Amino acid sequence: MAEKHIDELSGVETTGHEWDGIRELNNPMPRWWLWTFYGTIVWGIAYMILYPAWPMVNEATKGVLGYSSRAELAGEMESARLAQGGIMEKISKVSLEEILADPQLAQFATAGGASAFRVNCVQCHGTGAVGSQGYPNLNDDEWLWGGDINAIYQTIAHGVRDTVDADTRISDMPAFMDILQPEEVRQVAAYVVSLSGTPRDASMIEPGKQLYADNCASCHGESAEGNRDLGAPNLADAIWLKAEGEAEIARQIQAPKHGVMPAWNARLSSETVKQLAVYVHSLGGGE
Amino acid sequence: MSVLNKHAILEKNATLLLVSSLVVVTIGGIVEIAPLFWLDNTIEKVEGMRPYSPLELAGRDIYIREGCYTCHSQMIRPFRDEVERYGHYSLAAESMYDHSFQWGSKRTGPDLARVGDRYSNEWHVQHLNDPRSVVPESIMPRYSFLATAPLNITDITMNLKANRAVGVPYTDEMLDNAVADLKAQADPNADTSGVEARYPKAKVGDFDGNPASLTEMDALVAYLQMLGTLVDFSTYDATTGYR
Repeated sequence: MAEKHIDELSGVETTGHEWDGIRELNNPMPRWWLWTFYGTIVWGIAYMILYPAWPMVNEATKGVLGYSSRAELAGEMESARLAQGGIMEKISKVSLEEILADPQLAQFATAGGASAFRVNCVQCHGTGAVGSQGYPNLNDDEWLWGGDINAIYQTIAHGVRDTVDADTRISDMPAFMDILQPEEVRQVAAYVVSLSGTPRDASMIEPGKQLYADNCASCHGESAEGNRDLGAPNLADAIWLKAEGEAEIARQIQAPKHGVMPAWNARLSSETVKQLAVYVHSLGGGE
Repeated sequence: MSVLNKHAILEKNATLLLVSSLVVVTIGGIVEIAPLFWLDNTIEKVEGMRPYSPLELAGRDIYIREGCYTCHSQMIRPFRDEVERYGHYSLAAESMYDHSFQWGSKRTGPDLARVGDRYSNEWHVQHLNDPRSVVPESIMPRYSFLATAPLNITDITMNLKANRAVGVPYTDEMLDNAVADLKAQADPNADTSGVEARYPKAKVGDFDGNPASLTEMDALVAYLQMLGTLVDFSTYDATTGYR
């Protein structure tokens, strides 16, 4: 090392280098910086003692505070449950009719159901539950599987044509392309649209009516009012789920498309499914 | 204070400084990273996890190829808002067969860690074809070409083998049946007992609405419908998993 050299003007030791007669002062670090630096070391040591830190042979050190983010979550969920003041427990215990009858429970369940609906249901049934082609509108009073509170609960909990749930709702309209001739399918389609007010020739409606009575009435009903036990839609109104217009209805008769709704009881808690049922029931079509 | 003044030696010898830095970083790395490879409590002990079926694995490759991870994470963090929206927080066990994992850190779209079983196959196909037809406010691009792109299955056995080389427990039987399992899982008329025995809880049937052809849409929807559905949470003891 070079010999110590003291700068004459400031009296501070230099680093010992020299470039063209210029030397660099070897000032100590500023005091505030040094103390901050020592502070971070103390902080680091304290953190290692208090919080989970060092990976050991079988598991990491747990820390004196015993902190865990998952335990913190469990505590947060618990305090949220307590903040609900036992309403959730009541909802879980009492029947759906009792929830509707109790204004406090009904209000709570409707609000809770609305928020669960926005998370889980709007992707198919749409914002505001208006539905779209293939996904039913839940605001009207047309129900495929029933619009009373228990039927709605059953549909949400077990789904429609769910591949796993044993209690899921199943209806399987046969493909009539193997049963009816193309001309006969057109006649049935003409009869079906005539039911909701579309004017069609009697030459199409009359044979269509006979074919309907022979092939369709057993599920969709004599006057096409539908059958909720079978999930057979009402064909006499102007509400169409899978097909709109005569051509699409004919296609649906020949090779029906079947919608699928997942069963939600495996994914959501039973209280949440109950709240969803109350919310959907409250939308306007509830019976 | 003489020791503290010795830093001048390090600072004046570039090679020594470089080697010393390397030593420090190596020690830090060994202490922090290496134990994770054999720590018993890194991966939770749960029932239900299995390697991806060949069709799911092919779908996963499409997921990665299309960059889905740039907008979708697969990691539900242990926060109340996430758990109430997406379901149980993700476990390390759930991505133990992922090479590479798809946790992600950017959510332009929602988290997909538990998207499986949440919608119908038809919804997924319609949504991938035209996201705005079901979610009007969505900004996701269309992926309609997947429905017409035939799935490349020539390298699926090698794909399984490569995963086995990095630790995924694919058996010889799985490798031998890879192509047959892949086809059977997406074919509504096939005998699926083999694929369902080798890959429990695998969703079978036609995924893309077109039973006649095996497309990339089939594979991607099969992968999405499996996400987050494997672990049997009745076997998960939350308190032992606290960390």
